[in-house]
Amino acid sequence: MKFGVLVFPGSNCDHDTYNVISEIAHQPVTFLWHDSEDLQNVDAVLVPGGFAYGDYLRTGAIARFSPVMQAVKRFADAGGIVLGICNGFQILTESGLLPGALMRNAGLKYICKQVHLRTETTNSLFTNQLTKGEVLQIPIGHMEGNYYCDAETLHQLESEDRIAFRYCTPKGEITREANPNGSLENIAGILNAGRNVLGMMPHPDRSSEKLLGSADGWKIFSSMVNALATR
Amino acid sequence: MKAHVYVTLKTSVLDPQGQTIQNALRKIGFTGVDGVRQGKYFVLSLAKGLTLEAAKAEVERVAREVLTNPVIEEYTYRIEE
Repeated sequence: MKFGVLVFPGSNCDHDTYNVISEIAHQPVTFLWHDSEDLQNVDAVLVPGGFAYGDYLRTGAIARFSPVMQAVKRFADAGGIVLGICNGFQILTESGLLPGALMRNAGLKYICKQVHLRTETTNSLFTNQLTKGEVLQIPIGHMEGNYYCDAETLHQLESEDRIAFRYCTPKGEITREANPNGSLENIAGILNAGRNVLGMMPHPDRSSEKLLGSADGWKIFSSMVNALATR
Repeated sequence: MKAHVYVTLKTSVLDPQGQTIQNALRKIGFTGVDGVRQGKYFVLSLAKGLTLEAAKAEVERVAREVLTNPVIEEYTYRIEE
């Protein structure tokens, strides 16, 4: 199975993400330049972190109109697996592939630190190697990670089991103190209705090797590899 | 012809930047300001020969489809002839 990592002008986690797939997952992986609609027959698309197009106007607002995102929309609509990390999550919400929006952090500061996430669902291509309630330690690094959606959308996400991760304490409690950025209901990651698109603010690409402090993020990539192998 | 487009967060959406400005205003003694909402301001220079009606239609599309994220933001605009 082949992975594709999107590269926009301003992407800066593209190589980290590529490295996880090539060096840890040992799977074929290629970079996909923003200016082309050719996805090179990949089986999964990874939208990496960074500052696509300088985050001008709004995070993800310009990236949404890039040629590669038109191809990613068609790919996702046909059931293709798409993971958006950090800026990638922002791009996916702006593109309409995921509901809601990521606003400026409630504390108005850029936050770069380790956080804990509680696994809210194992029913997805990205979380099948996890157990429900499992706590992961994964870092965040963002200025706009404050998830917001209207009440109707939130109800839909909850009733359809589409909240993948919530910020929690090391013991897995969902508290206000464990919420780093003001996200609605401590939401850190959500799935689309088809459950083939995941967006998350924390960085599994920065936590897939013990050397980096935590290998918990690897479980998300290994879930994808597992899902693709059995598809 | 120019279009002046103002984008703000919807009133239903919390605006921490506006709140921070408001808190600062209160601290330094501006008691006459009850609330602050921060936003963005765009000036669009419109192509020559557009009718007012066509200009409005163009500006509304640009504001709706690009300048705002309708999940959290809304806009107003005025055309300067």
